[in-house]
Amino acid sequence: MTGILLLEQLLNGLGYGLMLFLLAAGLTLVFGIMDVLNLAHGSLFMAGAYVAAEAHTRTGSFAAAIVIAVLVTVIVALLLEVLLMRRLYQRDHLAQVLATFGVILVADDIVTMIWGPSPVMAPTPAALSGPIEIIAGLPYPSYRLVILAGGMLVALALWLLVNHTRIGMRVRAGASDRPMAELMGVRVGRIFNGIFLLGAALAALAGALMGPIVAVQVGMGEQILIPALVVLVIGGIGSVRGAFVAALLVGLVDTIGRAFVPMLLRATLPPSTAADLGPLFAEVAMYALMVIVLIFRPSGLFSARA
Amino acid sequence: MKQRDATSTVVLAIVFVLLAAFPLVAPLLGLEFYIGFVRRVLVVALAAASLNFILGFGGMVALGHAGFIGIGAYTVVALSDVGVMSAWLLWPAAALVAGAVAALVGTVALRTRGVYFIMTTLAFAQMLYFVVVSLRRYGGDDGYTLPARPTLLPGLDLADDSTFYWVVLVLVSLTLLWLHRATRSRFGYALMGIRDNETRMRALGYPVFRLQLVAFAIAGAIAGLAGALLAGGNGFVSPATMHWTQSATLLVMVVIGGLGRSWGGPVGAVVWLLLEEVLKQSTDHWHLPLGLLLIAVALWAPKGLAALYRRRNSLTPTLSPEGRGGSRI
Repeated sequence: MTGILLLEQLLNGLGYGLMLFLLAAGLTLVFGIMDVLNLAHGSLFMAGAYVAAEAHTRTGSFAAAIVIAVLVTVIVALLLEVLLMRRLYQRDHLAQVLATFGVILVADDIVTMIWGPSPVMAPTPAALSGPIEIIAGLPYPSYRLVILAGGMLVALALWLLVNHTRIGMRVRAGASDRPMAELMGVRVGRIFNGIFLLGAALAALAGALMGPIVAVQVGMGEQILIPALVVLVIGGIGSVRGAFVAALLVGLVDTIGRAFVPMLLRATLPPSTAADLGPLFAEVAMYALMVIVLIFRPSGLFSARA
Repeated sequence: MKQRDATSTVVLAIVFVLLAAFPLVAPLLGLEFYIGFVRRVLVVALAAASLNFILGFGGMVALGHAGFIGIGAYTVVALSDVGVMSAWLLWPAAALVAGAVAALVGTVALRTRGVYFIMTTLAFAQMLYFVVVSLRRYGGDDGYTLPARPTLLPGLDLADDSTFYWVVLVLVSLTLLWLHRATRSRFGYALMGIRDNETRMRALGYPVFRLQLVAFAIAGAIAGLAGALLAGGNGFVSPATMHWTQSATLLVMVVIGGLGRSWGGPVGAVVWLLLEEVLKQSTDHWHLPLGLLLIAVALWAPKGLAALYRRRNSLTPTLSPEGRGGSRI
């Protein structure tokens, strides 16, 4: 019984971690290469979730919804890049924080104008609504399995792209030492455009996939942004591998904090104290992890910039 | 120089008198509602000034300042809950607890640089946020309604909005003046020296870490005091005060008012809250224009409104490359 619960929770944590990775990968590449801190990354996630929910309801096809969500979000990101991000490259981080915080305010209001202030229903694809018995005695929602598989596939594809292609080599060169990469003839600016759009596509994909299991609502981008930034910082800025390891770590720690610590507390402490402390551990676990990592490794686990 | 100081003294005196007269004049103009609003602006201005102290003068881009405001407010909640009503105890306690927490946070955060500093301060603020959310005794997510306004002196009824307003005005003014003096002290100049060139200051023998830590704790303590005043004024405290977007908004205010400018924090707070109030009354979609304004400020007026009004003798900050959260973090 406990073993099965354990496995179920670990799978949930893994799924959450993979979604965080989709967000953090785009963030860390943009930050690693162009040194732009983009708080509006969560808004792209929100855009993906809303567009996917709308497209799914209208077309009835989940696959089509994902494609549409990614396309629309990439177009939005292109506009954002041309109109704003370009002007922020050479600016300090404070200006970037402010401008992209401004984008959050604008994005939230535009979404409210289009879809209204209340949460939108994102349907679970009909074919995936039932549970599947992975091993005897553990029925697991099939939709969550799709998220796991999807997240893993994308992570693998990204790993191949970054580590085993010429483009990936240039990306890594730009992230670890931009001036040197430019001297060697890498057009870092152009690579960045591609990376920014790729990051937007990944954020939209995460939003589209997460939509059916979280509430699709205004502000969902801000909620997921902070964990994604935590992943980026734990992993070390500019390192996709670091983002991957950190995302899984955060997913795991989050699960432990959410599922096992409350159980342990209930077993050892008086019920009311346990009920008070349980949720606290759940929420605080990943931040505590980040602070501990930073105390020992002030620039993250695998910082691309040594 | 002398003359300029004299002019600013006169301007400050006029502002103070106008603010002091407001509760007397407001009822005549049918603006009683705004007594509470102006009081809130005063308190937020104090919080913004405390952030400007470490951000503008100290070069530390801290993205968790609302956490300390919340600690101050929740200190008041905790003490009121056990029946303490005297402002003489509540307000210093709020400042002390917030200052102590800020010192702890600073001890860890100041070891990191750049964006890691931003994120560490944010992480601590998030942890504090979730701590108060989990405090069910104090209302958790729903917040906590204070039994009454604190008591200060016999004969001084803080439950009266005008009286409370004047007390806040005096307290905020005194603290702002003290903070202003601090930036012109040896300590303040050392802080700005560290902001501009940390390596050189270290070479000159300044205890860089200790100076920054003290500044961080002072800013936290003043934010805590602001939190206590907010709690007293509203009679209600909720975790929303500590949400990270509130910390970001404080950063916004400081930049709009002018980083490292005297009175930059208060000016930014006044401008931002006034705009917010006006926009809220004219449209449901008031985030959009504020967001656009913010983008415009970040792109075209990074030194804030104060920079539009030229004053060459000001100590214009340029966040140095090695600054905490400075330009090339």
